Amino acid sequence: MAVTAVAKMAKKRILIIGAGLAGLAAALETAQNGGEAVLVSTQPSERAQSNMAEGGINAALNTKGEDDSPAQHAQDTFRAGCGLADYGALSAMTEAAPGIVRRLYAMGAQFNMAGSDIDLRSFGGQKKKRTAFAQSSTGKQVMTALIDAARRCEAEGSITRLAHHEFVTLLLGGDACGGAAVRERFGGPLVTIPSDAVIMACGGPHGLFPDSTGSLANTGEAAAELFRLGLPFADLEFIQYHPTTFSASGKRHLVSEAARGEGGRLFCLREGQKWYFMEEKYPELGNLMPRDITAREIFAALREGPVFLDLTELPAAVMERKLRGVVDTCLTYMRLDPRCEPIPVEPGLHYFMGGIRADSAHCTGITNLYAAGECCSFYHGANRLGGNSLLGALYGGALAARTALAEAERPANTALPAPAEPTSPAALQTVRTVTRACLGVVRDRTTMENGLDRLDGLAGSVPLLARAMLKSALAREESRGAHYRSDFPDRDDARFRANSAVYADGTEIRVTFEPVKEAQNA
Amino acid sequence: MNIVIRVKRQRSPESAPFWQDFNYDGSPSDSVAAALRELDARTSLTDAKGAPAEPIAWDCGCCAGRCGACAMLVNGRPTLACKAFLGKSGSVVLEPLSKFPLVRDLVVDRGVIFETLKKMHLWLSERAREDERLHDLRYQSAACLMCGCCLEVCPNFSAGGSFAGAAAAAAAYRLLSQEGDAAHRADEGKAYQRIFYSGCGTSLACEQICPAGIPVTELISRSNAAAVWRRL
Repeated sequence: MAVTAVAKMAKKRILIIGAGLAGLAAALETAQNGGEAVLVSTQPSERAQSNMAEGGINAALNTKGEDDSPAQHAQDTFRAGCGLADYGALSAMTEAAPGIVRRLYAMGAQFNMAGSDIDLRSFGGQKKKRTAFAQSSTGKQVMTALIDAARRCEAEGSITRLAHHEFVTLLLGGDACGGAAVRERFGGPLVTIPSDAVIMACGGPHGLFPDSTGSLANTGEAAAELFRLGLPFADLEFIQYHPTTFSASGKRHLVSEAARGEGGRLFCLREGQKWYFMEEKYPELGNLMPRDITAREIFAALREGPVFLDLTELPAAVMERKLRGVVDTCLTYMRLDPRCEPIPVEPGLHYFMGGIRADSAHCTGITNLYAAGECCSFYHGANRLGGNSLLGALYGGALAARTALAEAERPANTALPAPAEPTSPAALQTVRTVTRACLGVVRDRTTMENGLDRLDGLAGSVPLLARAMLKSALAREESRGAHYRSDFPDRDDARFRANSAVYADGTEIRVTFEPVKEAQNA
Repeated sequence: MNIVIRVKRQRSPESAPFWQDFNYDGSPSDSVAAALRELDARTSLTDAKGAPAEPIAWDCGCCAGRCGACAMLVNGRPTLACKAFLGKSGSVVLEPLSKFPLVRDLVVDRGVIFETLKKMHLWLSERAREDERLHDLRYQSAACLMCGCCLEVCPNFSAGGSFAGAAAAAAAYRLLSQEGDAAHRADEGKAYQRIFYSGCGTSLACEQICPAGIPVTELISRSNAAAVWRRL
């Protein structure tokens, strides 16, 4: 089906897929710079996964007299990412971070304060207090501030929302994107929306896994469709398991890293005694080692028996003013009061470091197509620091919009690609069984090859994306960050200090490795 | 144990509603959302009589009480399916919220909530005014999930009507209390008086119902004070 572009309008129209934090940041930046943003989402912004972010947002505000700086923030991020992040891009992000947090405050986000300045807490993988927070629902409070700001643009006409619409596919003209096709979830027809640029802000593909702390609305279908169209993805093997989660009522629930940031201690029982294994093994950062290491230590300790997170020694005021969300979650879903009893915890799927391959300006492999937030993220490398996801979404969404406004121009003629074969419910079940078995905290070749065999021949783009994850994980024959191979337990910089890139060539999947962008000062 | 999940179903806004029972093998401590997810994950869903049934449509997001998507009536009471538990009675009755246009089964269109906030011009036109003493109430105002439970129980609210309902009043508080531009604050205040203050019958039905535990009536009284008497 050919779609003729409408007459070029004076304003650039930026179509944004996803109304979470990255999408909202992109929409606001577009509106503030004279563009027209069209914001497509299956549910209102209030429902987005960004609202679930708890612990905080990192910024070297340096208000604690610790001599902190954006450069140290960049170094900590790069080190935790085991050398795979784009250092130039992430340095620009950490440089912008203090301004971003102060702007959020000016927009009305209710950060906890220490005197007249924004309070900061300790967070994993960082020696200095650098994480601004709003009790333990930072994502929700930040989202509300952005939603309030976007509401004004909606009333003034610079942001148009297409609520309860889902992304179907891109409008393509040659190598360039000229909009997207979307469908009304409540039963409407397929609608094509021509635009100068499309920004994907569709979140991580949590739906490819059976058991994630993320939103069930993040099905991964949008990313899978782009992968089917041949768009290159990167670093798909790097999947973050949050160290402290629990399962209840068929859902994985997060116990925020803030719990350890405020002094929570991990222990297991050894010969009947409490063993604070993180403190003993890692005297410097203790319970606040980066998430990949902490998750692996808990995973190993769980072979011997349960692991607990102990908050019972924390002052009542800290529990009330800073960790209320953690208390509520445990009371509601475990019927356990963490003020009185330690919380049994285990690692759980939480975040995707890899995704749509993008450069430091958020350009992807298709002209006029950009990506921001968890669906792309080249800021985090092999492992993400807590507190950097909200930052990456806000900074990346705005930067993607600026790039799009500066360079995107819709092609003269566009058409819809041939439709994808649907993924059947049975195929999705198989995908989830395979990802759970193969892409956990510890991986190995045999299990992953068996998993690939099970995915062979399954129709649809979701199984195709799952195969790409497995192929990427198989190709990386080393252990680094969140990717740990029991058959290759060591880091191998000579072969693998490189980003994986993967794309679909029809039903074939090709994985290559590309050198990491030159890391100055790292 | 077996728990009967009784669902009020409707294929489209035009079609007739009907009831359908499903057997769910689970624990009384399972959430309603857990039961709905399990039923919808079955490759072939059958009802309690063994007849084939279509998957149950319902809105679902975080399943952790943080997004407000899954608001519905559980045994007649509006709540979040992910924060309501099946209990020991052996059955649970699920219906869509009744105050909003029905889409399908348990899905309703709550778009009016967001349109109302826009109509009230609820945004900041200047830098937020700082006042640490008001942090907690502003935080509570911003914690609203916009799920619609408080509107469901309100005797004055209807989706097509002119009364905004408690969700808008709770949201208004943080904006009225932080807006530095007096003209815009007055504009918000006027809209607030017109579509909230003059229509609220103070039944206070909204007080105990909020699944997020927000102190709704306190926020309303603070918003009233700010909008009507210009007191923060």
